[in-house]
Amino acid sequence: MTEQEAVIREPRFTIAKRTSIVWWKAWLIRLCAIVLALICSGVVSYLITRDNPLSIYAVMLDGAFGTKRRIWGLMQNLAMLLCVSIAVTPAFKMRFWNIGAEGQVLVGGLASAACMILFGETLPNAVLLLVMFITSIAAGAVWAVIPAVFRARWRTNETLFTLMMNYIAIQLVAFFVYKWSVPKGSGQVGVINRASRAGWLPAIGNNDYLLNILIVFLVTAIMYVYLRYSKHGFEISVVGESENTARYIGIPVQKVILRTMLISGAISGLAGLLLVAGTDHTISRDTAAGRGFTAIMVSWLAKFDPVFMILTSFLIVFLEKGATEISTAFALNESFSDIITGIIIFFIIGCEFFIQYTVKFKKKEAE
Amino acid sequence: MREEVQREVPAIRLEGITKRFGNVTANDHVSLHVDHGQILSILGENGSGKTTLMNMISGIYFPDEGQIFVDGREVVIRSPKDAFRYKIGMIHQHFKLVDVFSAAENIILGLEEKGKYNIKQYTQRIRELCEQYGFDLDPSRKVYEMSVSEKQTVEIIKALYRGADILILDEPTAVLTPQETEKLFDILRRMRDDGKAIIIITHKLHEVLSLSDRVSVLCKGKYAGTVNTGETNEAELTEMMVGKKVSLNIERSKVKDSKPRLMVTGLSCCDPEGTKILKDITFTANSGEILGIAGIAGSGQRELLEAIAGLQEVEGEITYIQPKTGEKENLRGKTPLQIRDLGVRLSFVPEDRLGMGMVGNMDLVDNVMLRSYSKGKSAFLDRSDSRELTDKLIRELEIVTPSVATPVRRLSGGNVQKVLVGREIAAAPTVLMAAYPVRGLDINASFTIYRLLNQQKENGTAVIFVGEDLDVLLALSDRIMVISSGRISGIVDARSASKEEIGLLMTRNVKEKEEGGEEQ
Amino acid sequence: MWADFLQRAIMQGIPLLYGSTGEIMTEKSGNLNLGIPGIMYVGGIGGVIGAFLYEQNTAVLNPFLAVFLPLMCSILASLLMGLIYCFLTVSLRANQNVTGLALTTFGVGIGNFFGGSLAKLAGSDVPSINLTATSNYFRQSLPFAKDLGWFGQIFLSHGFLTYLAIAIALGCSFVLTKTRVGLYLRAVGENPATADAAGISVGTYKYLATCIGSVIAGLGGLSYVMDYANGVWSNDGFGDRGWLAIALVIFAVWRPNLSILGSILFGGLYIIHNYIPDLDVSGQELFKMIPYLVTIVFLVVTSIGRKREAQPPASLGLPYFREER
Repeated sequence: MTEQEAVIREPRFTIAKRTSIVWWKAWLIRLCAIVLALICSGVVSYLITRDNPLSIYAVMLDGAFGTKRRIWGLMQNLAMLLCVSIAVTPAFKMRFWNIGAEGQVLVGGLASAACMILFGETLPNAVLLLVMFITSIAAGAVWAVIPAVFRARWRTNETLFTLMMNYIAIQLVAFFVYKWSVPKGSGQVGVINRASRAGWLPAIGNNDYLLNILIVFLVTAIMYVYLRYSKHGFEISVVGESENTARYIGIPVQKVILRTMLISGAISGLAGLLLVAGTDHTISRDTAAGRGFTAIMVSWLAKFDPVFMILTSFLIVFLEKGATEISTAFALNESFSDIITGIIIFFIIGCEFFIQYTVKFKKKEAE
Repeated sequence: MREEVQREVPAIRLEGITKRFGNVTANDHVSLHVDHGQILSILGENGSGKTTLMNMISGIYFPDEGQIFVDGREVVIRSPKDAFRYKIGMIHQHFKLVDVFSAAENIILGLEEKGKYNIKQYTQRIRELCEQYGFDLDPSRKVYEMSVSEKQTVEIIKALYRGADILILDEPTAVLTPQETEKLFDILRRMRDDGKAIIIITHKLHEVLSLSDRVSVLCKGKYAGTVNTGETNEAELTEMMVGKKVSLNIERSKVKDSKPRLMVTGLSCCDPEGTKILKDITFTANSGEILGIAGIAGSGQRELLEAIAGLQEVEGEITYIQPKTGEKENLRGKTPLQIRDLGVRLSFVPEDRLGMGMVGNMDLVDNVMLRSYSKGKSAFLDRSDSRELTDKLIRELEIVTPSVATPVRRLSGGNVQKVLVGREIAAAPTVLMAAYPVRGLDINASFTIYRLLNQQKENGTAVIFVGEDLDVLLALSDRIMVISSGRISGIVDARSASKEEIGLLMTRNVKEKEEGGEEQ
Repeated sequence: MWADFLQRAIMQGIPLLYGSTGEIMTEKSGNLNLGIPGIMYVGGIGGVIGAFLYEQNTAVLNPFLAVFLPLMCSILASLLMGLIYCFLTVSLRANQNVTGLALTTFGVGIGNFFGGSLAKLAGSDVPSINLTATSNYFRQSLPFAKDLGWFGQIFLSHGFLTYLAIAIALGCSFVLTKTRVGLYLRAVGENPATADAAGISVGTYKYLATCIGSVIAGLGGLSYVMDYANGVWSNDGFGDRGWLAIALVIFAVWRPNLSILGSILFGGLYIIHNYIPDLDVSGQELFKMIPYLVTIVFLVVTSIGRKREAQPPASLGLPYFREER
């Protein structure tokens, strides 16, 4: 009786943390997760559209790469998502949960739009652009530093604080959108300086977005070097791993928190500028389009490595574009892409477990 | 009465228990048993696997191999809940209490009782239990308002409340004053006489000899044997514990041209809750000597070193005297960075190696670089110097590591400590502070550390060494400062002082305070 | 006018109350579920799907089924969302913030997708989803409410989901403070290692609290569609109420009974701009900022005050793995 009980009550499996994993094994697990996720989203798409699953993937590919225009659109979206992801990364590396990028991008965009509207006719374009760069970067930085001050001084929960700051930014934008709306009371700003193109980021050659993309890739490269090879980057890692150690070796923890959030917010502000001056040429409460939140997932999925972030943001943007194409093709709502994105992220989040831990199954001994 | 409850089979028996964490084998085929009405000590050095073993009995870990028998029946203890079912209660070294709960709420936590939840009724029953055993506890007090010994009381009542027959205590005396320890031992003896089986984990020999009936010894995760307390002595136990007979043969050189290097005057500091941790500390650390600091764990040693290193807000004066010029620098209120900028070469080996001294997830090179990364004007890191230094440390201190790119958390405790001490010494300090530098280290690694400290002393460094083993303190230090409840209770010459003398000093202030309380 | 204001404040507040009660239960187990906004969308659309299919397939609505079916669909849908969150964060130990945000993306996507495409998928030719008939059953108030003047208007004119919300909040408060289960749940959120050592199954409590919390939050979405929006689903109509619910958790210092008052306050702040004369649209937007500002001020004040009882559960947002060392 007791022995039987013992056999039955023995745990079926035990979980142990891996001490190390070969790099290719880790990537194999991730690849499996992505493939499984694609199959899963294929099944969901099939259930909804009743179309041949293979042709669904074809539609997705077409949506992402179908025309030259689409490829540019993809690149542009990739660049914007990447930019916001790069922005949140230093904060995360410091274990500072900055989920306020949405708001930081918005105030950056708001600052750009304000400059374009207020000084569009008075300042020469080069000066205007310079002013826009400064103000939007400053706006994003200020928005990020406010929660950082309270976190550094009183350990106020930064996750909740930055989250709330998003909605203050959104309402602030909504306020100005009504103030500036054209025509009055329409609730839309419309394209700013359509005729004069004042404050628009210049097109390189024929490509409106090329400058955006170049700027973002430059920022990515700088961030990679900054985190990996600079003293600041080292300090960020130490503070993130252990505040105690940081204090012990004389890193001014509060200063590092403030500085890092300043950088994080500044890049978010820059993303706002690129969205307003380089892409939309208008402002609305949807300018950031949820990128502040998606970026958190992108950055996390890439393990806070700026180079891998190119890959992860590509994955997300590709899915968005592809799924949007499916919804157009089948006259469905475009939110379909959010569902697919969600599924993929669930799978990738889940697969990290199998990279971090091993599951050992106990062999049942027949007695 | 003891004969009545003693049964033929042991209350609990372990057979070939093995537990591995990754590459480390914490317990290697350990077998032992305890009878009802018996106190068993489990003796072993820090890191010998005592706690891991007990955690497997209480369901925190699950053994990789081996069997556990309770009252002769094989059992599988998969969770703490299972442990309770077999009437096993464990009092952990780090108390498992919820701070914002009251004592009563903590005590009834996890109980599978039927019927209405009535906290008043529980409180009443806890009061009765307290009276029965002579505990002094207010069940409605919140845990965050309690002292360490009160928290321990809550833990013990928690186990008793569940009707535990087998009681495991993990280093229960580490945080207690001698009076509190005596009181605890009385209670434990009373429980033994009630027929309970008691296992007490400790590394203090005199406690083993005064309290327990039998002693099981672990050495580096392996079972080294069991002896009856009556038939053994300290020397034999030590030998079993360390594997071979050791005489502490630490060479102590004479102090040469010693000059005051660090003067601490009237130092006081408080913990975040506002309780005074250090009270009016005044002493001088001289160059070319080792100043030992003795005291019961948690008497303020950590705060004292952190205060000097610039990590605590304090009152009083900390004065550093520059070795060459004799200029005086005030260190109080300065951050570690400001202290370094003054040209004060202060090295500090903190107690919490991976939590404070190093970063577990970073590799050896980066950890060695922690001290020196900010050198130079460049905004970028220069890893080449620390890479060289790391190679040198690995060679000279015989650090065992797969590579310099291995995260330090994967190294063994001794190797972690060698990296840390090596790094601190490489900064050519004029003041070197080390808190429990040999804790959890094997004999060889410990002696490496002693050698390094002695070398520093001979180089003219003022060494401050916080230790727990009085034999080591007496053999290594030149002077010993004893701290008791945050006050200095005496500074003695280590060459002439005796263990008893220091032991007495370690508890002196506490006694005075308590007698004062009784008079009122 | 005051009666009117209060009545509408309560109407606005009820979805928030559901959301915050659900999130409080979840957070008390140590899970910071940022997926609540998504879950509320899913709870809402779940009810809509149930009601839509029932309305489409039946000529005469049975009052009981018209309420029961949407309710069940809503509960089931949000329960599934809770399970996804738990599986990822508890079983697979994934990062809670990332999982929560992904769940919100997913949930809002599901809400808007089905909201926009439900009619087409069901092969119906109605232009938009309008469930006034079902909504009327949900909004059925006490018959004599109209005769009781301002008292009736403020307190008795609401549908049953309103009273259910208050009952659930009071019930949760009772469970958390006055029962053994509540004590154990709080222990899991404060210090899972201790709870585990005391024999409490941390995983089970986390799963249960989070799933129950999700279901409660999901009802918030349902109450928004059926009570507030008269059964008309409009995409993104629910707006940022989910985040407001999370703000409310902080404001209510993790106490569901305080959340009742808080929700009415937040509901009032949300619509107060309608009651201020001569306020243009832009001014209204500024007023909508107030609940968030209030929350931030509150968050800062409590963190400076450091009162132990007003702090978030100590292990909020942290994963728990017994053998970690």
